[in-house]
Amino acid sequence: MSAYDSVIAARANDRPTAVDYITKIFGDSFIELHGDRRFADDKAVIGGIAELGGKPVTVIALEKGRNLKERVERNFGSAHPEGYRKALRLMKQAEKFHRPVLCIVDTSGAYCGIGAEERGQGQAIAENLMEMMTLRTPILSVFIGEGGSGGALALAVADEVWMLENAIYSVISPEGCASILWKDATRTAEASECLKLTSQDLFKLGVIERIIREPKNLDSTMFDSFKTLIGQTFDKLSAVDTETLLAKRYNRFRKF
Amino acid sequence: MNTSDIFNFLKPKNELENQEDTSAVQNQPFIPNELWVKCPCCKKPVLSSDLNDNNKVCPNCGYHFRIAARQRLEITVDKGSFEEFDSEMVSENKIDFPDYSRKLKNARLNSGENESVITGRAKIGGCDVVIGVMNSQFMMGSMGTVTGEKVTRSFEYATQNRLPVIIFTVSGGARMQEGILSLMQMAKTSGAVKLHSDAGLLYITVLTDPTTGGVTASFAMEGDIILSEPGALIAFAGPRVIEQTIRQKLPKDFQSAEFLLEKGFVDRVVPRCKMRETLTKLLVLHGGKPEINETEDNGKEGDSL
Repeated sequence: MSAYDSVIAARANDRPTAVDYITKIFGDSFIELHGDRRFADDKAVIGGIAELGGKPVTVIALEKGRNLKERVERNFGSAHPEGYRKALRLMKQAEKFHRPVLCIVDTSGAYCGIGAEERGQGQAIAENLMEMMTLRTPILSVFIGEGGSGGALALAVADEVWMLENAIYSVISPEGCASILWKDATRTAEASECLKLTSQDLFKLGVIERIIREPKNLDSTMFDSFKTLIGQTFDKLSAVDTETLLAKRYNRFRKF
Repeated sequence: MNTSDIFNFLKPKNELENQEDTSAVQNQPFIPNELWVKCPCCKKPVLSSDLNDNNKVCPNCGYHFRIAARQRLEITVDKGSFEEFDSEMVSENKIDFPDYSRKLKNARLNSGENESVITGRAKIGGCDVVIGVMNSQFMMGSMGTVTGEKVTRSFEYATQNRLPVIIFTVSGGARMQEGILSLMQMAKTSGAVKLHSDAGLLYITVLTDPTTGGVTASFAMEGDIILSEPGALIAFAGPRVIEQTIRQKLPKDFQSAEFLLEKGFVDRVVPRCKMRETLTKLLVLHGGKPEINETEDNGKEGDSL
């Protein structure tokens, strides 16, 4: 499978979105919480509290929407500053109540628009990067589809980052890269190779800790084992004393 | 010199067009050999030497031309006080990105610098600081691994030595040619800023034209105090990207320093001639101890902000 095949798979319309993961992993235990307390509720970001193995966990997800109507409503998973601020609010809440944070990432990138700029898209992302680095509770980020640049990283300054086998994570979209580099947006496949954006490439580079194998159909068995894995990882991370956890998190990014 | 020439020289040099260009003199790379420069703002001709003497600010209308990192340092820090960190550190093509090695080589030749940021320790108005100055002539100030490493080391040094940090930003964003490794620099630098901040130390950013993308979305926007030069473009997504996304023309001055001031994302817009004085005052207000007779080097200081 080529890098470009992964790009296509990661963006496929029939790929499960964050809502599917939340439903399959947390069932009825998930309680959604809305709003950034400053401006609005960004529907590209879903946040809330759920139960995992009898313990509370904060869940924050970038949601693309599963059909056209939902996609429009969710802004195709591209968050505005208020989305990142909602995420940070819920992370701070998780820190206060000592529960771990699961981030589910699926976005082509932070939204590029007038309102986003007026309300400080850059500042909102920057603040998340800073605050997540010292958030005194475990953070796990899982990339289920697209991981587009700063808009994905703003939910991925974590103790561990995992990727679905066919998810991608990149500093720029292959189209953007091709059009800047070669003034030719059709050379997407070539750019996809160059950017090293597949889960295998990123694992080799040490950017992620784990690749989640994707069965042909992303069925319930995958979600079950995935759920077990998340629970085990939170148990492992929660057992580490906070100073050690934060030092490890810092060094996880310091090495690049 | 006609208008298109003006825009050619304002435009960052395209490495592909300037493969063999080694003529850039370190301190004066933006001034062409022509005697006169037409100001893109007031359209009046300005004598190149006058422009240079005025620190690249148009004497007629106050338009701030871009300025090379070394010249910026010269007009900002106390004479003879700068000790550079990590000047020999150079980028490698870690992900074998096509053509990147050649671009790096050209960037070094064109800018006379090894990377897109110069860092070091200095005094401003007698106050000790760690300072970083980004360089638009080095791949448009894009942030690669070495850029991130030098910024991170500066913060770590400042935290250990309990010093304030001042960074002048100018950047097109993360450096695409380093792929995900450039994105990681956003997290790495932000982590170092956070530890410096948690240690109770001062960080001032000065946003200069243009500050965009991954640098805006990391250490540029993380200062305790955020200053900007007049007219600087400050954005997460640049105007062209937004216009492509929304398919509308953006209003004039959208994403200018003054626009960000109005929206609450910049503390003050400070003209270049007042920058050193403003930084000195802020440093002193945060416990900086000016040494006697150290403040007179760069002159041009007024009485009030």
